[in-house]
Amino acid sequence: MTRTPVLTFTPEGIYCPAGDFYIDPWRRVARALITHGHADHSRWGMGSYLATHDALPVMRHRLGDISAQGIAYGEQRVIGGATVSFHPAGHVPGSAQIRVEVDGEVWVASGDYKVIDDGLSPPFEPVRCHHFITESTFGLPVFRWEAQDIVARQINDWWRSCAAAGKTAVLGAYSLGKAQRLMTMLDPAQGPILCHTAIENTNAVMRAQGIALPDTVLANKEVSAKTHPGAIVIAPPSALGSVWAKKFGPQESGFASGWMAMRGVRRRRAGDRGFVISDHADWAGLLWAIKQTEAENIYVTHGYTDIFARYLNDNGWSAQVVPTQFEGESMDAKEDTTDAA
Amino acid sequence: MKAFADLFNAIDQSTKTTIKVNALADYFKAADDIDKLWTIALFSGRRPKRAVTTTRLREWGAEVAGIPLWLFEECYPVVGDLAETIALVLPPNQTTDNKSLSQWINALRDVYKASDEEKKTFVLDAWARLGGTERFIFNKLITGGMRVGVSQKLMTRALARATARDEAELAHRLMGNWHPDETTWHALIEAEDASADASRPYPFYLAYALEDGPEALAPLSDWRAEWKWDGIRGQLILRGGAHYVWSRGEELMTDRFPELARAVDYLPDGTVLDGELLVWHAGAPHPASFNTLQPRIGRKTVPKKLLAQAPVVLHAYDLLEWHGTDMRAQPFAQRRAILEDACANLPADAPVKLSPQLAFDTAADLHAYRDDARAAHAEGLMLKRGDSPYLAGRKKGDWWKWKLAPLTIDAVMIYAQAGSGRRANLFTDYTFAVRDGDALVPFTKAYSGLTDKEFREITAWVRKNTLQRFGPVRQVTPHHVFEIAFEGIQASPRHKSGVALRFPRMLRWRRDKPLAEANTLEDLNEMLRIYG
Repeated sequence: MTRTPVLTFTPEGIYCPAGDFYIDPWRRVARALITHGHADHSRWGMGSYLATHDALPVMRHRLGDISAQGIAYGEQRVIGGATVSFHPAGHVPGSAQIRVEVDGEVWVASGDYKVIDDGLSPPFEPVRCHHFITESTFGLPVFRWEAQDIVARQINDWWRSCAAAGKTAVLGAYSLGKAQRLMTMLDPAQGPILCHTAIENTNAVMRAQGIALPDTVLANKEVSAKTHPGAIVIAPPSALGSVWAKKFGPQESGFASGWMAMRGVRRRRAGDRGFVISDHADWAGLLWAIKQTEAENIYVTHGYTDIFARYLNDNGWSAQVVPTQFEGESMDAKEDTTDAA
Repeated sequence: MKAFADLFNAIDQSTKTTIKVNALADYFKAADDIDKLWTIALFSGRRPKRAVTTTRLREWGAEVAGIPLWLFEECYPVVGDLAETIALVLPPNQTTDNKSLSQWINALRDVYKASDEEKKTFVLDAWARLGGTERFIFNKLITGGMRVGVSQKLMTRALARATARDEAELAHRLMGNWHPDETTWHALIEAEDASADASRPYPFYLAYALEDGPEALAPLSDWRAEWKWDGIRGQLILRGGAHYVWSRGEELMTDRFPELARAVDYLPDGTVLDGELLVWHAGAPHPASFNTLQPRIGRKTVPKKLLAQAPVVLHAYDLLEWHGTDMRAQPFAQRRAILEDACANLPADAPVKLSPQLAFDTAADLHAYRDDARAAHAEGLMLKRGDSPYLAGRKKGDWWKWKLAPLTIDAVMIYAQAGSGRRANLFTDYTFAVRDGDALVPFTKAYSGLTDKEFREITAWVRKNTLQRFGPVRQVTPHHVFEIAFEGIQASPRHKSGVALRFPRMLRWRRDKPLAEANTLEDLNEMLRIYG
């Protein structure tokens, strides 16, 4: 006897028939469970939203007046015939994997995740399940992240050498998550940290919900290289090299992303410096997470799906590729508000 | 290796010329002679002998990384560089290493004749010692092609600064047939030049494109005009009873053009000519197309039949050395007068001919020549100032190339393929088709002409509009129309469409044009009739 799967993949997004809800839907639906606030997961126009308490402030900031409920990590909630709970994904503050149980069968939709502790987001917690939906943005063995303190030292060294040469360091990073993570890695003793409006707005939301961030200065009209010599500026990637950035005078630009692992992309995108740091799991991180879940059935979405699924199938898992409206494979198409690579 | 890796990173990370030149000059001041010599060699495209095949390197890389070979092969096109792919998949290095660049190169040379097993031990040991950029460079020493964003010009400038020597003189010293295994830093850079290699060419003087008309070049009486030929720029050297032929790409091509050997019968020893290698049949009014020259370039030795089918003649337009004296500082008019005298009595079947100057009085005369250029099988005009010395490299002011407006056709993109290196993972290489009734007939590929932003936009579109994959090639929905510019068109049985284009590139993305307004096969054939 075949029974209805706990989660199915529909044009609207991941759907749970037993609970009649969607996870990170792409189209307007009545009830949406949201893993995290990035724009390709948390979209406008849903009848109601359910997300972690920590994810909600940024979602409200981005989506405006929405009908939304918060839930604590680990708290169980019954929706129709399904029991759901949210568990830390380690991707950005408030991000979650969503566990769905129906009649003893457990599925986990992990959204975006990374397995190292960034000191800002609640660290990834493996959840045992039968079926695991994983991303594969960096699902190739060429991606291997260095420890965060090593990258922190690289960025601080670069900032110091810029300041010594009388230049402003302008660092491009996505405004939700990556930017704040980078701030906490900076050494505030080296100089002022200036933030572009898009980033400072997100900072304000996070500070209001009690997330500790270092002191930053909004880079408004009055702020320039003259008022804040030796500063580092954190800005969305699209602001690098823009008219706005000119006011910081002589400068070097850097870009912080997992894609910077590849020299070709670095030369294309990085400006003066590329720093390899990502809010997604690297190859080893993905495999570790999958093993920890003890799931036998893996659904691969976003990124190098075909290759990653083939590797899993060769190594004893039953893996299949799930089509997505967003091709996480791209390293160039994505801009600020979509995803944090 | 660490010092060289730091230099490589400094150059690779920056887009700014001053930073690159400073980094190079600092390195040249501090490094050992043998490391400096190898650095110049690597950055000018010279390389150590390949000690290990890339097939073995892939297998060992996958093995050490603990991944199946198919997975490694999937990674390669994503990264776009074999040496880098291996460097990335390997586990982090366990120890560190103090060997210099040249010591590593020598170590590689020492295993050249070793067994596969010994080579493997050596390579695996190197991978365990070297991390990051050093590991990447080690792999590059084996796979070749150390491409880094530094031109010969910048390297020469840095070298001039570090050694306090004249830049043009250094440029000349770096030309030609040297290899670090056969020379020293002192011999190459510092030694008195008397014993210089007889085959050493002069650096070519390269013209910039003239964007506006010749009206800007007042007074016109200061200027000389010639056809700009569509062949291979070459330098013919007659020294010590021998002859040498160099291409502009600094490739020694003497054996490819045996007909030039007879030049020693007609011109004195100690002569160096700058000119164009062209296929020109005896008695023909103009040269044959570039296409006919192509088989001659590809072959190291030339079969008799091909020699008869595609005879090559050097059309000389400048004289760089005469009776062993460097003439480059003399005014062009004077060099040219000697050249004309030297060529005056050449027999009709000599392999060298004088490339004529075009008489003119007014800018209108020059416009008229340019309008006729296609009929003369030239690709435009060269305009040279009569009193100009022969400079080294691309310099503005005294020489201009004034090319024909290109031919253009509106074509439909039907296949896309990712580029490599800087363009890895970006769809930049496209195949274009013209319409033929309801069918689409592919007729050319093009890679350049769009901005990075446009390439990104098309890449995102290609991912969503792929109909079929053939390995790395994606067939896409025929939708986007591009204006393709090209310099010439030839009948070609090797191409499905029956034509081959010269220098095709994308002039612009015609977002305004629907598929139905792209040109047809009939239009293409019409162009072939007129311009072929």
